[in-house]
Amino acid sequence: MIELSSVRVTYPGQDPSRPALRDVTFTVEEGELVLVVGPTGSGKSTLLRCVNGLVPHFSGGTMAGTVGVDGRDTRTHRPRDLADVVGLVGQDPLATFVTDTVEDELAYGMEILGVAPQAMRRRVEETLDLLGLAEVRDRTLTELSGGQQQRVAIGAVLAAGPRILVLDEPTSALDPVAAEDVLAALHRLVHDLGVTVLLAEHRLERVVHHADRVLLVDQGTVSAPLDPAEAMVRSVVHPPVVELGRRLGWSPLPLSVRDARRRAADLRARLGPGSSDVTRVATGVRSLDAASRHGNRATDGAPAATVSRLAVRRGVTQALRGVDLELSRGTVTAVMGRNGAGKSTLLAALAGQVRPTSGRVQVAALDPVSTPPARLVREVGLVPQDPDLLLYADRVAAECDQADAERGLPRGSTRRLLDRLCEGVDDDSHPRDLSEGQRLCLALAVVLVGHPGVVLLDEPTRGLDYPAKTRLVGMLRDLAASGHTVAVATHDVELAADLADRVVVLADGEVVADGVARDVLAGSPAFAPQVAKIFHPLPYLTVADVEAALAEAS
Amino acid sequence: MLHPVAWWLWGAGLVVACAHTTNPLLLVVVVVVAGWVVAERREVGAVNAYLPFLLLGLVAILLRVGLIAILGSGVTGRTVLLRLPSVPLPAWMAGVRLGGPVSLEALVAAAAEGLRLAATLACLGAANALASPKRLLRYLPATLYDVGTSVVVALTYAPQLAGLAARVRAARRLRGHSGHGVRELGRLVGPVLGGSLDRSLDLAASMESRGYGRTPVRSAPARRLASALTLTGLVGVVAGLYGVLDGSVTGLLGMPLLLLGLVVTTAALLVGARRDVRSRYRRDPWGAPEWAVTVVGAVPAALLIWAESHGWPGVVLAQSPLAWPEAPLVLVLGVLLPGLAAVVTPVPPRLAAVRAAAQTARRSAAATSAVPPAKQVTS
Repeated sequence: MIELSSVRVTYPGQDPSRPALRDVTFTVEEGELVLVVGPTGSGKSTLLRCVNGLVPHFSGGTMAGTVGVDGRDTRTHRPRDLADVVGLVGQDPLATFVTDTVEDELAYGMEILGVAPQAMRRRVEETLDLLGLAEVRDRTLTELSGGQQQRVAIGAVLAAGPRILVLDEPTSALDPVAAEDVLAALHRLVHDLGVTVLLAEHRLERVVHHADRVLLVDQGTVSAPLDPAEAMVRSVVHPPVVELGRRLGWSPLPLSVRDARRRAADLRARLGPGSSDVTRVATGVRSLDAASRHGNRATDGAPAATVSRLAVRRGVTQALRGVDLELSRGTVTAVMGRNGAGKSTLLAALAGQVRPTSGRVQVAALDPVSTPPARLVREVGLVPQDPDLLLYADRVAAECDQADAERGLPRGSTRRLLDRLCEGVDDDSHPRDLSEGQRLCLALAVVLVGHPGVVLLDEPTRGLDYPAKTRLVGMLRDLAASGHTVAVATHDVELAADLADRVVVLADGEVVADGVARDVLAGSPAFAPQVAKIFHPLPYLTVADVEAALAEAS
Repeated sequence: MLHPVAWWLWGAGLVVACAHTTNPLLLVVVVVVAGWVVAERREVGAVNAYLPFLLLGLVAILLRVGLIAILGSGVTGRTVLLRLPSVPLPAWMAGVRLGGPVSLEALVAAAAEGLRLAATLACLGAANALASPKRLLRYLPATLYDVGTSVVVALTYAPQLAGLAARVRAARRLRGHSGHGVRELGRLVGPVLGGSLDRSLDLAASMESRGYGRTPVRSAPARRLASALTLTGLVGVVAGLYGVLDGSVTGLLGMPLLLLGLVVTTAALLVGARRDVRSRYRRDPWGAPEWAVTVVGAVPAALLIWAESHGWPGVVLAQSPLAWPEAPLVLVLGVLLPGLAAVVTPVPPRLAAVRAAAQTARRSAAATSAVPPAKQVTS
């Protein structure tokens, strides 16, 4: 179905000795779900865009070798000539919308391909149901939440009925349940209709068990299609379940929670001396928490930020209704919940970006909305969902210098902080040319250099691979240990498990759960991380927890 | 939903009407009527382009009056308001003056001209708010694909620019700046332009990969013939429109050329569309409301063209000597007629739902507020 032979891609202005892709040769059979795995900036997006001809027809650059799609050569067929065979879903859904409303967007592709009106009506209805968009069918696209937008983008391509679907991180903006829905829909397409799917995704815990084959991408080289278990043995990026299997020396490596759970039956018996003793184990784990996470902290009683009876209206939607929350010093709080539950609005209200309709917000005894920005940034720093918004300069070095000047710090402070967060960011590169992870680090450095007491991050792991995520977790835990207050709005349950002391779950603008991370995460089927699902009812959240428990048991 | 073409024909009628009068009273009536129809029939969630266009129009008036005050104009009046210091210019720039006397007549004439432009812009804004130009684009014939891509990207660019500017400004606060002032504005330019340019490229890529511009298999000569016909026809339409809109040009350059252009264009479009593979999801029906809207939009245009060519009083503002503009009843009724569009058309579905909800809320509020007095009586 897809055939690449000795493909090499070099973008204009790129060093010809380090092409974006080199010597890529592989074949994908019809009806396979192929997962593309690799660190950020390794060439995954380029590979995907080769398949429908956007590289090189649209992107420019030079391509050697051939790409064949359903027997058509991309050298002679432009992307538009391949539209009936290949559907491509990009990373940023809002930027890809052509029309104004949900239904029109779903129909757009079919209109161009000339699908008969009757068939079109039926397929639009089917797609609305498949992706759970029926309630918002007549809405304007800009009114939708991020997750809904992502589903519309997928639906719009899906509805046109291509034989090959190419998706670039389709679930990175979705909450766990919505992501599972989308992946289940893809799974169904592959198995019932024989559609071929090529999928790049960082959150492997969500997809790896759906994959038939895995392509490992690293610095422009692409492996042959591998068996998923085999690929996970050598892949740099891998989900927690694989991490667990690797640490415990399991072979063959389990890829799904189900496999791992069956494998871990004896382990559970060894660690948990029977279901009656679960509470004892839980207390044991909690004392473990107290030592490692909650320990050595400068808690002085007064909360760093208080939210009381907060209600916020945004346009016609009530984003928050009567939220009460206290963030205490030195803790990391994860704010979770469905797409559109009000997570971003809560953080924005704490940073003085939105005005409360009623209720009160206080950060370090200040009202964030009326405090002058120059004063406020010394108390609270927010990294928005799109870190680009914080970056203005055309060079990394200029950005750092400007941040130093804004805070009145000696030159080089921001740069040193940036180097601690992530290595190898070139002074001369343009911030827009950095990889997603590097850009986030730069934005973080710019915010953190002023040492705000409260640090807020909105969806920080979008586009980050596991190593980058591990570094981020380490850094945020260090910040909390030195007395900062950290709050993270996230869909990423694994991040919350690694990072948070406390989890607050929002639904429809209200707090529905608030408690110690271990209790909230392990107790919820939607928000449980993989390790918790494997060891349920034992309250372990991360691979590190399990290792610590094993060390204690032996 | 009303057919988008109907709203745009209605808007075009208003624009033509505006082009044929300088009577400020009539122009203000047109602006108010357009605004009222937008308030009554704009769908919930649709971009309200009316207000920004109106603001742009006000800027145009101020700019025009300011320039005329400094540079002078062909209108010479006796009522001199003030004398600006005159700047002597070299002999080769004869005919251009800087400073000098500023007369009331010149200023009024400039304001009336500016108002005409402002009213035109307001009408365009109203059409924009009532029917998204993107919906209109679906009716663009197959022969004009490339134009279509550019237009969609351009139409998306402007609102995105505004949205992005707001977000970048909010983010400025996160770095400790107020986001106010000219220097701050300068800081926003880079990220806003860069960001929206990236977005535009993404959109073009998305249109390309979804098949926009796919040409059915047909021979190159046939394609070229269709393109040539379309282009010729469009040139004819534009030149003809110019003739019709500019009252001073008469003869062949007016209506006849416009009609000829329209015929050629239609022929070209039909030839091109015959090979069009596109199909339509949910055809917008063209029924009585669409006819009504088109007619009430066309009436003032026809009326003012007729009145202007027959020298009716009240069409052109008397400049010297200045006189308070007349408002003949027929003309006022004529430009009020497009307001009927807000009555004869059905309310868009979501707006109707919102209004119904508001009404029930009001009713229940009225019901609860009716209870306390009863209690007072019993106590």
